[in-house]
Amino acid sequence: MSSNNRMFDIRKPLSKKHKHRLIVLSFIIPLLLWFAVSNLPFLWHPMVKITDTGSVAYFKKEMLIKKEVFKIENERMKSRGLKLAQGEPSNPIYLPAPQDVVTSLYKAFTTPPRRTGEPWLHESLFHSIKIIFWGFFLSSMIGVPLGILCGTFSFFKHLTEPFIEFFRYLPAPVFGALAVAILGINDGPKIAIIIIGTFFQQVLVISNTTRNIDVSLIEAAQTLGAKRWATLRTIIIPGILPYIYKDMRILLGWAWTYLVVAEVIGTSTGITWFINQQAKYRNFEYVYASILIIGIVGLLSDQILAYLGNKLFYWQHLQQDKKENERTTTTKLQRAKSKS
Amino acid sequence: MRELQLPSYKEQSQKVKERFDRIKQRELILKVERLSKTFDSEKGPVLDNISFQTYRREFVSIIGPSGCGKSTMIRLIAGLEDIDSGKIIVNNKEISGPGIERGMVFQGYTLFPWLTVVENVMYGLLRKKMLRTEAKNCALNWVKIVGLEKYQDAYPSQLSGGMKQRVAIARSIATHPKMLLMDEPFSALDPQTRSKMQAYLLEIWKNVNISITFITHDIDEAIYLSDRIIVLKTDPGEIQEIIEVPVPRPRTPEQFLSPEFLATKKRLEELIHPKKDDDEVNHIIIPPDINENVL
Repeated sequence: MSSNNRMFDIRKPLSKKHKHRLIVLSFIIPLLLWFAVSNLPFLWHPMVKITDTGSVAYFKKEMLIKKEVFKIENERMKSRGLKLAQGEPSNPIYLPAPQDVVTSLYKAFTTPPRRTGEPWLHESLFHSIKIIFWGFFLSSMIGVPLGILCGTFSFFKHLTEPFIEFFRYLPAPVFGALAVAILGINDGPKIAIIIIGTFFQQVLVISNTTRNIDVSLIEAAQTLGAKRWATLRTIIIPGILPYIYKDMRILLGWAWTYLVVAEVIGTSTGITWFINQQAKYRNFEYVYASILIIGIVGLLSDQILAYLGNKLFYWQHLQQDKKENERTTTTKLQRAKSKS
Repeated sequence: MRELQLPSYKEQSQKVKERFDRIKQRELILKVERLSKTFDSEKGPVLDNISFQTYRREFVSIIGPSGCGKSTMIRLIAGLEDIDSGKIIVNNKEISGPGIERGMVFQGYTLFPWLTVVENVMYGLLRKKMLRTEAKNCALNWVKIVGLEKYQDAYPSQLSGGMKQRVAIARSIATHPKMLLMDEPFSALDPQTRSKMQAYLLEIWKNVNISITFITHDIDEAIYLSDRIIVLKTDPGEIQEIIEVPVPRPRTPEQFLSPEFLATKKRLEELIHPKKDDDEVNHIIIPPDINENVL
């Protein structure tokens, strides 16, 4: 069997080299597509950017005109024997080229805001991260312990989960007006929206994770003399900790989605304000740059958390590593065999 | 086996008889009185009116066809299930819930994966409010006894199945329970590891003052290890017979072919797999055309 065929083996892991190449490709493919659409004039480009206005009265240099309109105007000029307008094919303003977005990603941090008193990009970003942090932190302070209690004692499960099931179907944004009325127009209501959006899911997810612990571990502890609280403290909590950690990573991702809603409540702030402001100025490359920053911050923080998780819960991965080593050695052996 | 001339399994040599007399003079460790358990009232009781007792340092196996409630029985003794009716008395005290005088080794590996080997063995000692340093010394000693001192700081996921069960045994007897309950502890192991572990268990048991109640579905294992074997039957789960194993101690694998061993085995086979008329194996006839295709 050739190594090309092995790339498409059903449910077989790939070699590290192939895996890394594919990871890089997963980013390069969409980027290349974007690059092609932006830079190859025969791909899409439904607009014309005026380079010479000719005799068309309302054309201006650098103006973007629909291709059809440009054609009609030029035909009219031609029939009247006037000077034709010149232009090059272009994409609409809302699709800047990737190279422009990358330069504005840099410029956004170095150019001062258009109006004095407006926050810089990094200030907006920091404000957003602050809102997320407080919302997620406060929600977790109550949500995680309550979830563990619900997953451990039926008493807490029946006491709280029915109401939480009901409440989690209420979309967090509908509490926006109420939050402003109670907490004012500053950061209070924004943090509240993140909490409302996170907390109820959090309790249910954590409680479910807690319930998934291997019952025989609890029974083993009980036969070793562990009483109720000792079981909770020494078996249930350490046993579910790595899974709760994973849940928290996913929940943090959800908190980011609530951020955008939260930031338009009361006075608009943070990265959402920055994006809206730039869209108003029609600086779409800045809009893309800010969106990209959210993606980068999200991905980076998740990767850091994943790395920390592997360090913290290394006892989970000992066997898996061994297995993977075995697998790669067997594939190496197979390859050596197929070569000879 | 049927053609072989075997003694009765009830025939005991003088030495074996004397051993049983000695055992019966020891104090009672476990007393089960008219124990019944029903999970689903439509299906009837899983265990019905079970009574038996075990003595100090006695090795008793419970065997029976699958679904006879042997696992339920040991879980009841461990206090992990509630009793419907009857009594379980351990060390002169009626049990209610799990207790430290009854250690248990489970079929699955129930080592705590976030603790190292020595920390696993320490677990029960720390629950007894022993100081950490003292518990560690004690646990290290047990780890040495089960021959895993090289792995004292390894995590369970790094151990083989046999090693895991050795740690589990060390963990459950480190707290000095009066009795050790074992629920098919070796059934997940491969045959080689399994026979090693059986010899190993006998070796530990010889040196520790503990009564063992052992659940198994393996007839050879039950005979090789036990003083007495309690044979259960299904529908309802009742005791069919309690067999005193006539094989002398110390036990060795060579005894698997001794007449006493085979006689006991024959009796157990009869009890667990009774011959029925409809049990005759029909000869499978493969039509010739299929046969040709296969060939």
